[in-house]
Amino acid sequence: MTKNILLAGFGGQGILFSGKFLAYEGLMEGKELSWLPSYGPEMRGGTANCSVILSDEPVGSPIVTNPDILIAMNLPSLDKYENAAAIGAHILVDSSLIERKVMRDDVDAHYIPATRLAADNEMSGLANMIMIGYMIRKTGIIPYDNVAKTMEKVVPAKKQNLLELNKKAVELGYNYK
Amino acid sequence: MKVFEKPHALTDNVLHYCPGCTHGIIHRLVAEVIDELGIEGRTIGVASVGCSVMAYNYFNVDMVQAAHGRAPAVATGVKRTEPDNIVFTYQGDGDLAAIGTAEMVHSAARGENITIIFVNNAIYGMTGGQMAPTTLPGQVTQTSPYGRDVKTVGYPVKVCEMVSQLDGAAYIERVAVNNVKNVRNAKKAIKKAFEYQVEGKGFSLIELISSCPTNWGLTPSKALEWIDENMIPYYPLGVYKDKYADKEAGSDD
Amino acid sequence: MSEKVLMKGNEALAEAAIMAGCRHYFGYPITPQTEIAAYMAKRMPKIGGVFLQAESEIAAINMVIGGASTGRRVMTSSSSPGISLKSEGLSYLAGCDLPALVVNVQRGGPGLGGIQPSQSDYFHATRGAGHGDFHMIVLAPSSVQEMVNLTFKGFDLAEKYRMTCMILSDGTMGQMMEPVTLDMGEIQKYDKSWALTGTKGERKPRIINSLFLQPDELEKFNFARYERYKKIEENESIYEEYRMEDAEVCIVAFGVASRVSKNAIDKAREQGIKVGMIRPVTLWPFPKKRFEEAADKVRAFVSVELSMGQMIEDIELATRCRRPVLLCNRTGGMIPTVENVLEKIAEADKIGGTR
Repeated sequence: MTKNILLAGFGGQGILFSGKFLAYEGLMEGKELSWLPSYGPEMRGGTANCSVILSDEPVGSPIVTNPDILIAMNLPSLDKYENAAAIGAHILVDSSLIERKVMRDDVDAHYIPATRLAADNEMSGLANMIMIGYMIRKTGIIPYDNVAKTMEKVVPAKKQNLLELNKKAVELGYNYK
Repeated sequence: MKVFEKPHALTDNVLHYCPGCTHGIIHRLVAEVIDELGIEGRTIGVASVGCSVMAYNYFNVDMVQAAHGRAPAVATGVKRTEPDNIVFTYQGDGDLAAIGTAEMVHSAARGENITIIFVNNAIYGMTGGQMAPTTLPGQVTQTSPYGRDVKTVGYPVKVCEMVSQLDGAAYIERVAVNNVKNVRNAKKAIKKAFEYQVEGKGFSLIELISSCPTNWGLTPSKALEWIDENMIPYYPLGVYKDKYADKEAGSDD
Repeated sequence: MSEKVLMKGNEALAEAAIMAGCRHYFGYPITPQTEIAAYMAKRMPKIGGVFLQAESEIAAINMVIGGASTGRRVMTSSSSPGISLKSEGLSYLAGCDLPALVVNVQRGGPGLGGIQPSQSDYFHATRGAGHGDFHMIVLAPSSVQEMVNLTFKGFDLAEKYRMTCMILSDGTMGQMMEPVTLDMGEIQKYDKSWALTGTKGERKPRIINSLFLQPDELEKFNFARYERYKKIEENESIYEEYRMEDAEVCIVAFGVASRVSKNAIDKAREQGIKVGMIRPVTLWPFPKKRFEEAADKVRAFVSVELSMGQMIEDIELATRCRRPVLLCNRTGGMIPTVENVLEKIAEADKIGGTR
C-alpha cells in the first residue's frame, strides 16, 4: 500500500516539520518513504508544501501530484490542490483560516479549526500538529501509540521544551470532536 | 675556498628568461632564502601564468602550476592540506593584480599563512608587451600605443598600498632589484616573509619592482635606470605593513 | 547492516564524503546545494577537517586543485551557474591528472536561470566541462541512498583513475529525505607517488603541471589519457534496469526523471504496454553496450529529461539511430509528470518497426 500525502500552507506554519514527523514515523515502522519540500524564496512568507510518501514498496517519484491525503492550511493551498487530490482522498482543512468548503463530492472533507484550537490551548504555532493528530484518527495510517516515540526522534535536542507541547497538540487533534 | 655557488634550491636547468631580465635575480634570492632557512625539503611552490610560468623547472622543490591568477587559491588548498609545509606563489603583475586580484586579496584577508612573491615589471611580458594593471600613466605598450591614458583606462593598481589595508595581512613590503643595494634589501624582505611563514605569523607579500628590457625596448642597463627614474617614484619602496613590528612599537594592533 | 537514518540528500552526500576520508571542503554558497556547505561547516571542525568558504567558485575549485596536489581527498560542490565558473578548474584538474570530487546540484538555466531542479548541465558534464580534450566520470544518483553510495564510489574512482568525478545531481535529490544506511566499508588505498608533500631532501622534486609547449609531447599525454578513458568505458559503466525482461518500449532516464518514470512504467504496464527502463548511473561513461543490445529488442526509446533534450543524443549515438528515440522533457525547473511520461510511452508504443 502506498499513501501519498501533501501538506501545504504558508511558510512558518510548520508544514515541513509536520511532514518530517510523518517521515520519521514511517522510518520507525520500517516503511519505504520519501519527504520532499518545496524550496527557495517562495518559502519565505509565500506558500510552502511538502510531499510525503509512505509505502510498502520502494518509492518511485517523490513528488506527490495526486494526494491521498491533503492537509491544507491556507486558502491558496486548498485552491491549488483540491482538484489534484485523488478520488476518495481525505482533504483536511484548517477551518479557522479557510472559510470556504471543499467543493468536490468524491472526496472525504474534514474541517478542523486548528489555528484557533492552538491559540485557545496556548500552543500557538502548533496548528500543524493538531491537523496531524486529527488525520491519524481519521485515516489510521499511523498507529497512535507510536506518536510519543516518533516525536522524541523528530524534535531536535535543542528544542526539547517543545516536545511535550507537540505531543499534546497531536493528542488534541486526535481527540477533536 | 669557494666564493660563489648556485643555491641548492635552484635546479641546474637553464633559465629561459630574456637577457637582462631580473626574474633570474629574484629566483636566486628566493632560492638562497630557502637554503638559508633549511626549508627546501618542506617547501611547495605554486607557479603562475606569465613569463615565470615555468618556474617549476627552476626551483628544487615540489611545484604545482596554477591557472592564470589562481595561484593564491591553489596555494591555499596546498597549505590547508599540508599546514606544516612552506608554501609560496611566484606571480607577475598581470596574473596577480588583474585576473587574480580576488584570489590575492582574499588570501590576504583570510590571513593565509603563505608567501607571495610578486614581480612587478609594469607590463605583460610573455604575451609580448601589453598594458598591465601596473603599467605607468603615459607608458607605451602594445595595447596602449599612445601611452596609458588614465582618462580612458584608469590608473595603475598599487598592490602594497591596497593589501596593507587588510587586517589579515601580516607583512607587506615593496622592494626593487635594480641595483646592489636594492637587491640586498629585497633579499632581506623575502627572507623575513618566509621566516614569518615558518613562525606561523600569516600572510606575507613582497612586491619586487623589476625590469623588462625586451618589452620596454631598452637595454638591460637602461632598463635598470628606468626603474629608478619612473617606477620607484610611482611605486615607493618600503615596508607597508608589518603586523609584528607595529606590535613591538606599541601600536594598538 | 547499520541502522537506517533519515537524511536530506545533500546532507547524506556530505556525510558520505566524510566517511570516504574527505577532510577538506572548499565551496561558495549557491542554491540548491547550500546544505552541503552548511553540513561541512558544522562537521569539519569537529573532526579536525577544514571547511573553507572561498571568495568565488573559481577560487574554490583552485583550492581543490591545491588540496588534490598534496594527495588528499578534497571536494567542492555548487549548482549550475557556479559550475560554469568552475569549468576552468575542471580543465586544469584533467590536465594535471588530479583526483577530485565535484558535486553539481543542478538548477534551471541558462544564465542565472532558476533554482528549481534541472538536468540541463548534462552536456556540460559529459562533453564540455572546460577547454581541451578531457572527460570526467559523471555519476547520477536517483535516491538519497545513491547520493551516499555514489559519493563514496566517486572518491574511489577519482583516485583510481586520477581524474575528476562529478556527482550530477539535481535540486530534488538534494532536498529530499529518504532512509539511508551509511555503512560504506573500507576505503581503498591507491598509489600517491605523484603527490606534493615536500621532498624532505630525500627525493627529486615532483611537478604537477598541465603546460606542454611541445605539441608532440602534449599529444602523447592526451593519447595516454584517452587510453585510460577507454579502460574506464570498458570497466566502470553502471546502469540499472527496471522491468526490461520483455520490454518493447525502453524509457531512458536518470535522477528524478527516473523516479517519475518508474511510476509511469507501472501504470503503463497495467494498461498492457510492455515498457521498461534503462537508467544510466554513469552518464560518462555512458553504458553504450547495453543500449546497443536493447536496440535489438525494443521498438522505440523514450528519453525522459529535465532539459531540452541532451542525453537523447547519447542514446541515438549508442544505438546508431537504429530505433526512434522520443523525447519527453520539461525544462526551466519543471519536472515531467507521470502523465507526461505516460503520453510518450503511448506514442512510442504505436511505433511498429521490425524486431
